[in-house]
Amino acid sequence: MHVPDGFLDAPTSVATGVAAAAAIGVALRGARRELDDRTAPLAGLVAAFVFAGQMVTFPVASGTSGHLLGGALAAVLVGPYTAVLCTSVVLLVQALLFADGGITALGTNIVLMAVITCTVGWLTFRLLQVLTPPRLSWVPALAALAAFTSVVAASAAFVVLYAVGGSIDLPLERLGAAMVGVYSLIGIGEAVITFLAVGSIVAVRPDLVYGARPVLARRQLELRQPGDPS
Amino acid sequence: MSATQPRTRWVLVGILLAALVLAGLVSLVASTDPDGLTRVAADLGLIEDDPGHHRAHDDVALLGYQPDFIAPASLGRAVAGITGVLVVLVLAGGLTMALRRRER
Repeated sequence: MHVPDGFLDAPTSVATGVAAAAAIGVALRGARRELDDRTAPLAGLVAAFVFAGQMVTFPVASGTSGHLLGGALAAVLVGPYTAVLCTSVVLLVQALLFADGGITALGTNIVLMAVITCTVGWLTFRLLQVLTPPRLSWVPALAALAAFTSVVAASAAFVVLYAVGGSIDLPLERLGAAMVGVYSLIGIGEAVITFLAVGSIVAVRPDLVYGARPVLARRQLELRQPGDPS
Repeated sequence: MSATQPRTRWVLVGILLAALVLAGLVSLVASTDPDGLTRVAADLGLIEDDPGHHRAHDDVALLGYQPDFIAPASLGRAVAGITGVLVVLVLAGGLTMALRRRER
């Protein structure tokens, strides 16, 4: 979903740049509460994993591919504020080192693929979590549903941005139907990858998964034993 | 937690290995079709039907994950992917390490 230079007009690109900078400012403050000696190295690796996951493009329809966005995945693993920072670093490196996504569109891409995916992904995950039984085995499935929702939300947000500041006139209904249609398919791939990645870590060390903490907090007394690995 | 659970260090090593394998190997057999946004934009006439939405600024070292100074192309993509993983790890890891609450 990397937006190249020239899709959106200059005022819209400036506005998304300002919005992205403000969101990163908020995330820098919020991430301080999420990060400690144990979770900070995990967050760096989650960012690297999201970059790698975005290179694995999978076919979704004839002549079309999609790839992981990773915002919901990162939010469930390391917390929503840290996730915004991780995915923003991925987008920055992609734009500067690989020309994937425009330089003037960097703000747009951070808003769509970092801020919106992480925020929608996390809020969806938490909403589902309070509506379902507090079981560890539910965490990967809820993360997968959140991942699907986050991708569709990002594609819908692109259509809104294009309606505000698209470079040329396009039929917005067709743009909306096409974007949400194709990103619903890509969202299924996103859900599968998120399920497998979150499920793998929940299976071996659920205490490292930020989104599993509300579940684990209820079982803390049964779980803690002397001689725990740190 | 039980003593049979792997230490944090091994979980971190596992994630790094997974990232390196995805970027350095699996990405070589990934789809080369245009991605969703590129395809929609081409269908609606916003852009020419160009396989790269990577053409935004073409003077970067690892353009489109396909450095032209490394042959064969698959090796170039693997090098680009592994380089990207390590650069992201250093930048994001450095940032999160700097922001963390230090235990006293």
